[in-house]
Amino acid sequence: MSNEGRRWFEQRKEFVGRARPAEGQDTPDLLTRCPSCNEPVYNEALAENKQVCPLCGHHFRLGAMKRLELLCDPDTTPVHHDDALAPVDALGFVDSKPYGKRIEVARSKTGRNDAFVSITGRVGGIDCEIGCFDFRYMGGSMGSVVGELITRLFERAAEHERPAIVISASGGARMQEGVLSLMQMAKTCAALARLQDEAGMPYISVLTHPTTGGVAASFSMLGDLIIAEPEALIGFAGPRVIEQTIGQQLPEGFQTSEYLLEHGMIDLIVPRDQLRGTIVRVLRQMLKLDSLEVDDALVDRDAAAGGPVHAKPASSAGTEA
Amino acid sequence: MDVVLDFERPIVELQKRIDQLRELQDSNGVDLSASISELEHQAVKLQARIFAQLSPWQRTLIARHPGRPFTMDYVNALFTEWNELHGDRAGHDDQAIITGMARFRTIGDDPCDGMPVVIIGHQKGRNTRENIKRNFGMARPDGYRKALRLMKLADRFDMPILTFIDTPGAYPGIDAEERGQAEAIARNIIEMARLNVPVVAVVSGEGGSGGALAIGVANRVLMLENSVYSVISPEGCAAILWRDRAEGPRAAEALKITGPDCLELGVVDEVVSEPWGGAHRHRKATIEAVGQAVRKHFSDLLGLTRQELRTTRYDRFRAMGPVVERPLA
Repeated sequence: MSNEGRRWFEQRKEFVGRARPAEGQDTPDLLTRCPSCNEPVYNEALAENKQVCPLCGHHFRLGAMKRLELLCDPDTTPVHHDDALAPVDALGFVDSKPYGKRIEVARSKTGRNDAFVSITGRVGGIDCEIGCFDFRYMGGSMGSVVGELITRLFERAAEHERPAIVISASGGARMQEGVLSLMQMAKTCAALARLQDEAGMPYISVLTHPTTGGVAASFSMLGDLIIAEPEALIGFAGPRVIEQTIGQQLPEGFQTSEYLLEHGMIDLIVPRDQLRGTIVRVLRQMLKLDSLEVDDALVDRDAAAGGPVHAKPASSAGTEA
Repeated sequence: MDVVLDFERPIVELQKRIDQLRELQDSNGVDLSASISELEHQAVKLQARIFAQLSPWQRTLIARHPGRPFTMDYVNALFTEWNELHGDRAGHDDQAIITGMARFRTIGDDPCDGMPVVIIGHQKGRNTRENIKRNFGMARPDGYRKALRLMKLADRFDMPILTFIDTPGAYPGIDAEERGQAEAIARNIIEMARLNVPVVAVVSGEGGSGGALAIGVANRVLMLENSVYSVISPEGCAAILWRDRAEGPRAAEALKITGPDCLELGVVDEVVSEPWGGAHRHRKATIEAVGQAVRKHFSDLLGLTRQELRTTRYDRFRAMGPVVERPLA
């Protein structure tokens, strides 16, 4: 392809997302190599594309705040809940560092008290109780705070008769809180039962990479609808544990979203750029509200050209920030 | 074959000497009663000394001992009219979980005498052949779904439910994942929260993570003194945190998994004491003690309405897990 005769900013447009750094020259502040297609991608292009590789559609990790922002209606202001709830080292747990120290490290790294963000936000015109794991905080592990936040989320949803949406990204229960973290599975599920039985409100569970262990084996596999992002690792036991137990290699694609879909364990796989639209549509269907037009379009359509994930007809004017 | 744990060896050896002396006395007609009673006295003291200060790891080893009472031992000793009921009605009958109906034995003057009950429990084997059949007590989704089927049956016919928890964990295998291990556990947990009948769970051996909780969302949870209840096995925890499974004893200490620990954490309601020497050396007495405790807790629950049973179960788990307020700057 020749770019002769074009001005630099036009050239750049062609090259959005694709970049060729000189061999041996790493520029991590500018470029990220996609683990799926192995192409270097401009960080800026990734960010504009909701952390989805514009070339192959690989879904990179997306921060909790960004996820919530992308899910909620533009120009609405979500209400945050329980940000001040913080963990307690009830066991006095010490491995290579004391748990108390790990809490401080995770807190200063994320600016958060634990691995879950909880909001009331508007999605497709409907006020919803929404939560999202922050994987950066100790691998999104569920201890007593995460369990409490999710329980309160379901309780709030039941009380105000609002749908609940939880976006999971978690390695499972938090070992440093021992059996108390196991009990969070029962606590959260009991609250979910009340939401379903007493308020009759829908609960949508969104599974992102990875969702395993005690989080998979509780509320996240109990959605009225279970939606997964493409190629997420989802399962009860981790692949390494299974390999050690059975002493053989696991089949290709084992425990991916696609594998779970094939085995009837999830409702659908939705690429990130269509997630908000999908959730708005199904929620409004379940609540018998009128259809609402939602633009799923990527911010930067040019960047998406050619990727299978973005093969969508353009719709009317963008409503998404 | 008797499995002797390292820390039990001095007791077992002393017992052997006592037995030898007895034999000698019987065959030679020599009076050795003084030496024998001296040794017996020593044996009691030794046992008390060792068992009064078991480490969490030693308790873990006792919890896994093949001589411990298993679900069927409790069923045979404490109940009559037992019928094992099979299958998940979806193609499988997992042998790692046993389900069925029975009646409490009549001991006289007890509210539970003759009471019908649905019993669900993990079942381990005592030897390799049995363990292959039972998959070492590690259930697949089919086992949890069978258990759920029986729980719903109990709910419909207003029968109390008793569960025995004794599993290293839910089976981590390809077929288990393929059939939805995570979903099966999750489903049981939420459905148990909905039950309208009294549920008592006994952690009788290993309470291995989600595989244990999947039959453990009860109104009362009891635990044998030398059983363990944990979010992960000590070895699994050690493999992750210290990158060495051999650090299991350290992890067992850190995880607070023993009966007394779990009582302190508010996760269980009662710890049932085991005789010095452990349940694996005193099966009958242990089963008796568990029977007494189970009857007591069911008696407490029998007066509650269906709604109260649900609410109190909710409140029980709702209270678990301490948190603090700590405003972000």
